[in-house]
Amino acid sequence: MKYIDEYRDGRLAKDIARQISEEVRPDVNYHFMEFCGGHTHAISRYGLEDLLPDNVRMIHGPGCPVCVLPIGRLDAAIALAQRPEVTLCTYGDLMRVPGSNGSSLLKAKAAGADIRMVYSTLDALRIAEAEPHREVVFFAIGFETTTPPTALALRAAIDKGLENFSIYCNHVLTPAAIQTILASPEVAKLGTVKVDGFIGPAHVSTVIGTEPYDAFAENFRKPVVVAGFEPLDVIQAILMLVRQINEGRYVVENQYIRAVKPGGNRKAQAEVAEFFEQRESFEWRGLGDVPQGALRLREAYSHYDAEKRFGLVTPASKDNPACDCGAILRGVKRPTDCKLFGTACTPDTPMGSCMVSSEGACAAHWTYGRFREHAKTKEIERSVA
Amino acid sequence: MNIAVVKPTRRKLDLRNGRVDLSHGAGGRAMGQLIEDIFHTAFDNDWLRAGNDQSAFAVPAGRMVMTTDGYVVSPLFFPGGNIGSLAVHGTINDVAMSGAKPLYLSASFIIEEGFPLADLAKIADTMGAASREAGVPIITGDTKVVERGKADGVFISTAGVGILPEGIDMRSNAARPGDCVIVSGSIGDHGVAVMSKRENLEFDTDILSDTASLHTLTAAMVAVGGPSIRLMRDPTRGGIAATLNEIAHQSAVGFRIDEEKIPLKPEVAAACEFLGLDPLNVANEGKLVAIVAPEVADAVFAAMLAHPLGQEAALIGHVVEDPHCFVQMETSFGGGRIVDWLSGEQLPRIC
Repeated sequence: MKYIDEYRDGRLAKDIARQISEEVRPDVNYHFMEFCGGHTHAISRYGLEDLLPDNVRMIHGPGCPVCVLPIGRLDAAIALAQRPEVTLCTYGDLMRVPGSNGSSLLKAKAAGADIRMVYSTLDALRIAEAEPHREVVFFAIGFETTTPPTALALRAAIDKGLENFSIYCNHVLTPAAIQTILASPEVAKLGTVKVDGFIGPAHVSTVIGTEPYDAFAENFRKPVVVAGFEPLDVIQAILMLVRQINEGRYVVENQYIRAVKPGGNRKAQAEVAEFFEQRESFEWRGLGDVPQGALRLREAYSHYDAEKRFGLVTPASKDNPACDCGAILRGVKRPTDCKLFGTACTPDTPMGSCMVSSEGACAAHWTYGRFREHAKTKEIERSVA
Repeated sequence: MNIAVVKPTRRKLDLRNGRVDLSHGAGGRAMGQLIEDIFHTAFDNDWLRAGNDQSAFAVPAGRMVMTTDGYVVSPLFFPGGNIGSLAVHGTINDVAMSGAKPLYLSASFIIEEGFPLADLAKIADTMGAASREAGVPIITGDTKVVERGKADGVFISTAGVGILPEGIDMRSNAARPGDCVIVSGSIGDHGVAVMSKRENLEFDTDILSDTASLHTLTAAMVAVGGPSIRLMRDPTRGGIAATLNEIAHQSAVGFRIDEEKIPLKPEVAAACEFLGLDPLNVANEGKLVAIVAPEVADAVFAAMLAHPLGQEAALIGHVVEDPHCFVQMETSFGGGRIVDWLSGEQLPRIC
């Protein structure tokens, strides 16, 4: 195949892996956080860890939109879908995310709520057009990548004069979250989480560019390499991070030059700015309140804002106390540190959001990587014997 | 007095514009006509012509197998086939995966009021052609009509019976470490073909469903491999990932497979890429996975390659000892990973 297989070439990967092994300093441990779930998935799906030396450790970041949605926002969406006049349109990966008291959109649908899985914002628009007597709400979720399509859907709804279409806006902002992680006590003061550098977002950066990362690379003295989502992209980015660390540099580098420009996509940015503004603060699951961490619809478009249209309140819902998703999303714990991992919580019976989305750290490790612990245990057993 | 026997004129079924109505399932003349004009015409054989509610057939000596299956695919028509071809091929394959020779089928139709007669005739004709081609007749059936909205077009239930060759007794717990894993051809074709016609998802592709009866392929394999073929499965829903995980758990073994060896059409790989699917999880309707003892693997493999439905067969890995029953794969990138069951539903109503 053209243009995909090229980025999954095993021979090239081995070359880069060899370079990494040659260039890492044996006395240094390298801790890199891949922010995005897309990177987490690529690392697990292609078994990339097997190619890295032992002293290069990847920390899975919070960049999975489904994972960072607070339970209260999900509970509010479920309550909204249960209103008889409402048709809630959502992407499929939200359907199984557990809400409070064992609820989920999938269960609400089975109980009679009109919840429809869509593949794009335009599908939701089509439903609103075809069924004018229904209040069609699009459950908008995602980082900067998915915000422009939501903006386009709003523009189309206005052009078509659709009165029965609105947005439940949960779009969040990446740079604010990275800033929060770096300023968190675990990273900044306690040192319980060591992050030496970041693999920067791929698709998000096609929209926002690389410039937004300059400030914290400088302020926190951490290198950032923006990388694509293919496995060769990721392993090359790791090599670039190793080189920056070894050379004492901390700048923003762009591995994903085939798609990302320093200034990003100005047209998309303008479209987003037309409809959305920053919230003062927004709860991210696992990170807590993130200042300027999300977007909401501007006042001029409040007619399309489901929160205002239906007077939605976000209940103060709490995570399952045994679930470590919060700590895992901050990189404080690994999936296997959670007592529920692989016992009560599996992708078939998820307790926390990290186990639901394929981009979640727990789901990725369970689905692709859980043989590694068993392999390690075996090795230890053998060495003891 | 001369009483003339007046034969009422029977209006032909309007196969062009007519639709199934509730009278077609009511047990009266209309139902009789539907069965005769559509199903008997399409499936035509002596058993059906006898017009009984059941069919009698001679039973050869030996052990028999029986299977039953339901078909609810959406859309009903897709590139490479329709619900009718799936019903015949799928049932024959379920019988054939035991190593048995399929003999007879039954078919039961649950039809939604308003369903076009033309579509029903097309589906029945496809089934008739598929069963004739396979040499496995449909010898009994049933028809029900339900009110509009109580079904989705047509659902088909089938049963199939077959006879096992002497000494063949394949079991799900028979895989042993060292056995070879052979797949009969490229994976994921059916799932991608169906998906390409799904509402809201339509995309252009030349991929056709691989729907096919595999019993002549299995017969050729059994002829050379005999009881050393441990077991065979057709990887339908859940794809080869689900099939290998099932076998791993049933046989208490693990698998090591090699991603580069798995046959995959570039078009299917491309479609899976933009749909976010793993081809290992995507359904097949004309492929099989065989677990074969190493001593006959070469002969079985050669027999597969010599058969039209096994020309792209590939040895994709081995059975290994593993108390965790993991299906592990060496990725083409060079790392290792687990191949797991899919969680939740990737694509409802694929067959």
